[in-house]
Amino acid sequence: MTGVPVPYRVVRTRPETADTVSITLAPAGTAALAPFTPGRFAMVYAFGVGEIPVSVSRIGAGELVHTVRSVGAVSAALCALRPGDRVGLRGPFGTGWELPRAAGRDVLVVAGGIGLAPLRPLVLAALAAPDAHGRPNLLVGARTPGDVLYAKQLSDWAAGGGPLHCAVTVDRPSPTWRGRVGLVTELLNEAWFDPANTTAFVCGPEAMIRATARELVRRGLAPDRVRVSLERNMRCGTAHCGHCQLGGALLCRDGPVIGWDLARDLLTVREL
Amino acid sequence: MPDRRTTAVLDLSGLDALVEVLRGQGRTVVGPTVRDGAVVLAELDSARRLPFGWGTEVEAGRYRLVPRADGAAFAHTTGPQSWKAFLHPEREKLWSVDRGADGELSVTEERPPQPSYAFLGVRPCDLRAIAVQDRVLAGGRYPDSGYRERRVGAFLIAAECTEPGATCFCVSMGGGPGADAGFDLALTEVVDADGHRFRVRSGSDAGEEVLAAVPHHPDDPATGTAARSAVDAARERMGRAMPPVDLRALLAGSLEAERWDDVAARCLTCGNCTMVCPTCFCTTTEEVTDLTGDHAERWQRWDSCFDLDFSLLHGGPVRASGRSRYRQWLTHKLSTWYDQFGSSGCVGCGRCITWCPVGIDITEEAAALQAETSAGLPHDDREEPRR
Ligand code: SF4
Ligand code: SF4
Repeated sequence: MTGVPVPYRVVRTRPETADTVSITLAPAGTAALAPFTPGRFAMVYAFGVGEIPVSVSRIGAGELVHTVRSVGAVSAALCALRPGDRVGLRGPFGTGWELPRAAGRDVLVVAGGIGLAPLRPLVLAALAAPDAHGRPNLLVGARTPGDVLYAKQLSDWAAGGGPLHCAVTVDRPSPTWRGRVGLVTELLNEAWFDPANTTAFVCGPEAMIRATARELVRRGLAPDRVRVSLERNMRCGTAHCGHCQLGGALLCRDGPVIGWDLARDLLTVREL
Repeated sequence: MPDRRTTAVLDLSGLDALVEVLRGQGRTVVGPTVRDGAVVLAELDSARRLPFGWGTEVEAGRYRLVPRADGAAFAHTTGPQSWKAFLHPEREKLWSVDRGADGELSVTEERPPQPSYAFLGVRPCDLRAIAVQDRVLAGGRYPDSGYRERRVGAFLIAAECTEPGATCFCVSMGGGPGADAGFDLALTEVVDADGHRFRVRSGSDAGEEVLAAVPHHPDDPATGTAARSAVDAARERMGRAMPPVDLRALLAGSLEAERWDDVAARCLTCGNCTMVCPTCFCTTTEEVTDLTGDHAERWQRWDSCFDLDFSLLHGGPVRASGRSRYRQWLTHKLSTWYDQFGSSGCVGCGRCITWCPVGIDITEEAAALQAETSAGLPHDDREEPRR
């Protein structure tokens, strides 16, 4: 084993959807993890329950935000945290989105469901450095309107006025939904990007990643400029437990963000 | 100053003295010994515990001890355990956490000082397996500190192979019955009209030091020749061989092979092969809490890619079928291991063949994949679509 969890304190929690909570954490003592960059993840330890990998969904001064969807024992325990509670963190682990490598190019961010969480700090970083890139785009798909993360921030962005082109679509609308309905790939037509000079950042369910990456390549993006973030079971974060293998990749080390040039073959073999 | 590397000859009392010297250094000496009808690895208080006079008969799914008239100590083949049981133990505590009255967590990594081992009788395949695990567990960006501590402290005494088993195929994996490097001392057992003795070569300064403290005879030509020819003969007597093809490419190109269905129909997904394999390293973690609820421990234990939960994500296991789990195991061993850790994950020790309850043989599976691939090649060249 490599390193033990560093205690962090829950500063605040914020429900995002019916099953998803954002948890803001700050070091509980003097020890703190090395700085995170967008796309990287921490192993988050819930006392007495266990540890799961969670990407950072916001990187603040001395604070980290993790957005967690309750799907198992550990994530349920994390979603139930109250301010003042403690967790343990190890990390940062994995590859990041590496926004600086997209310098000078249009930035196209495509998110499906909870996949928006690791992409949010990337969008914020792109907005913070407007001169480094072409126009930033954020396209978001969700199952239902109730599944849209960071809804307030998205509607502010989608209202326009800023440099970001933001659009949101859902698969199944509610009676009060007045936004778009359909697949996230359908939003590509209105996005502003030059396929020959764009880096895309994609995260969501695997079927959505596959469909989006294929469509982007069809539109002329180079496969290695379509960066996707993948998910597998992880127990250690340090490339020792073997669980996060996807073909020749160990996703905690070689991922979670990898190029579609590598991911394409790995995601087309069933049960790999 | 060039490093000194001595070759000498130990008699049986020299072997006894070797164990005594190592124990005198405070080392835990581990080696093969007979227990419950198998040669197992256990702590030895004396060289007398070695399996003198026992050989092994192995086949796919079969293992039994057979007495030998020559009294040899190292004439058995690999048993159900490997040295990973000591270097990368089956269960290990990672840390413990106490929760204070105010909810504060204090985390401690409380590893007691690790034993300083001496492994007596490491087969050349197992030397290579240790080197493979070194790369996996200690060679990356985050070295496993417990493994590294045990490994750095371990003194390795190889025993060259003179009696390969019917499931052995190290030669076809680029190894062989002789030990060239990676040991502190290497023994070659010789039993002939001149007596029962062990040719010993030192391979490190630590080995040199231990050898100097053990009564030994100078190397002699008869023992040297007998030792070398026994190892050379073993090279020719491997029970099995992998097909002589680029296994990494073969497996990388076989992800959709029909053979996976065939082997999946036989495989019980019991995971025995992964437990006995000396390079398999996968682990999972467990959280253990006490009754107060304020003390928790994090434990690591061996895991197997054959376990359904191994690939569990929130939607269910990624590898639900036995076919995909067997494919993961074999493809990892022979192909993707190169991508991940720069070498094959198989050293040809034959354990997975011997200890598979249904006798699945990875050399046979690789040969079948090879046959299927080469049979499939002409189709790829056909111009007209097949119906
Ligand atoms: S895969 Fe089988 S033969 Fe190869 S090292 Fe592992 S147990 Fe030995
Ligand atoms: S190959 Fe044999 S030992 Fe391995 S899981 Fe299948 S039945 Fe068990």
